[in-house]
Amino acid sequence: MTPYDIQGLQGRRIKNKIFTFFVWLLTFSCLAVVFVILFYIFEKGIGSLNWALFSQNPKPVGENGGGMLNAIVGSLMVVSIAAILAIPVGVSVGIYLAENRGRKLSDRVALAVDVLQGIPSIVIGIVIYIWIVKPTGKFSSVSGSIALAIMMLPPIIKNTEETLILIPTTLKEASLALGASYFRTTMKVMLPAGIGGIFSGCIIGIARIAGEVAPLLFTAFGNPALNFNVLKPVDTIPKVIFTYASSPYDDWHRIAWGGSVILVSFIILLNTIIKIFESRWKVQF
Amino acid sequence: MKNRWRILENKIFVRWLSIVSIITMILLLVFFLTLLISSWPAIKANGFGFLWGKTWDPVANRFGMLPFLVGTLITSFLSLLISAPFSIAAALFLGEYYPKGLIPNIFRNVIELLAAIPSVVYGFWGLYTVAPLVSKIEMKLHMPAPGVGIFTASIVLSIMLIPYSVSLIRQVISMTPVALKEAAYALGSTRAEVITKVIIPSNISGISAGFLLSLGRALGETMAVTILIGNSPEIPHNIFSPSYTMASVIANEFTEAVGNIYLSTLIEVGLLLFVVTTIINYIGRIIIKRVSY
Repeated sequence: MTPYDIQGLQGRRIKNKIFTFFVWLLTFSCLAVVFVILFYIFEKGIGSLNWALFSQNPKPVGENGGGMLNAIVGSLMVVSIAAILAIPVGVSVGIYLAENRGRKLSDRVALAVDVLQGIPSIVIGIVIYIWIVKPTGKFSSVSGSIALAIMMLPPIIKNTEETLILIPTTLKEASLALGASYFRTTMKVMLPAGIGGIFSGCIIGIARIAGEVAPLLFTAFGNPALNFNVLKPVDTIPKVIFTYASSPYDDWHRIAWGGSVILVSFIILLNTIIKIFESRWKVQF
Repeated sequence: MKNRWRILENKIFVRWLSIVSIITMILLLVFFLTLLISSWPAIKANGFGFLWGKTWDPVANRFGMLPFLVGTLITSFLSLLISAPFSIAAALFLGEYYPKGLIPNIFRNVIELLAAIPSVVYGFWGLYTVAPLVSKIEMKLHMPAPGVGIFTASIVLSIMLIPYSVSLIRQVISMTPVALKEAAYALGSTRAEVITKVIIPSNISGISAGFLLSLGRALGETMAVTILIGNSPEIPHNIFSPSYTMASVIANEFTEAVGNIYLSTLIEVGLLLFVVTTIINYIGRIIIKRVSY
């Protein structure tokens, strides 16, 4: 034992090395998992991307071929209507929270929004089923949109609030001092100044719902035919993946892999847009 | 005239803001009431025995949700247990070892990509990759080898939890006061000792809240689990058994439920899921809020 080896210094150093090694190992295995999964999805799915997938409706059971045109149209329809419903409400609540920080009511609203984010999507599906599908007596694309709109709200609200509180109050005061009303100030000064953050909140919301199936199972339901009517049921890409993945047919699995690639690429694209927006358009004063 | 209109539009705007905010706030309460009213026939018909009844036989109108309760709890806790070391390590890597710089930034974005993959795609991927692996293990152990079951679902679910818990725990860890860490270093601690004796103990409530919120997510996760759990409404014998979770029984049987009591019972399962996740999220958020100021 050297005089420098106080209280097992050597042992503590080795322990430190081992600890660091495990932190690296486990972190790199997380990263490896990401690549393994994405690689597998793309390897399986790229081959099934063909023109038929985008241009044809599903063939009847047993026949090979066909595509998921109905589901692509359905997904676009359900998601865009959800966005149209959710964005005005979400941005409004965000403005309210940013303007009334510290008040008891707005604290409660903020907490409710956080809790809402953690509610299982399938429960939201049940609620919308009870509210809309049961009274009207039929599944409809618009009921699916409403379920998804509720799921979109939390990220939009959070981002709007967090962006608006970064905007200096002097900007708002200047506008108010010129005689602009509160409404005009919000519309013409505050929202344009925070548009980057608000926009990325909306994209986060869309990325969150684009792959959802659970709330659509008993609302938008599914429809093998092409449909543009919001009052009728529609198929969506994730719903088709679910149905086809649980089926025994190889050709359906092939189409489901194609759908997975479309869906994952779309969401990764949205994430990239968010990153670009966050770095370029961030509120800076 | 124009002035009067502007005053009016301003009033409407302010009113609108508070109305939508209050609606958002009471949304949870309205959800609860909706579920409660719709599941009332089932609550009356099934009684309290519903919670620990072992048989699920919709044809005979006998509903006991113990199999789903057990399946949900085992799957969620197992997945949390599997993902915990990975989440903590990655959170330490990104929050403590390398909080800034280009490469850690890329790492963070890569891990966040896990959150970009939809649940149903995870399920499909698990069916093709994880299930055959688990099936091989089962064969080695001389058990029936369907491949799907609690263990398979938990592995895939644990991957899905990683991005979520990493980002929560990383935020908590990176807020450790620098003075606290420097004091420990000044006393001669190694980095591992600073982490295990200062950073983790001083953030233990925040880290637990992170895991609690992840648990809430695991409990309600539907699609991937529905594909991988094997859908068998019986009490599981071991962690490889096929089972069923509360969310997946709703997903599978809701549209096929014939008869009022059956449908209402499924809504009751949903009500229970809603209440549990609401409580978990409420507690988790309160703790997170408390530690972040």
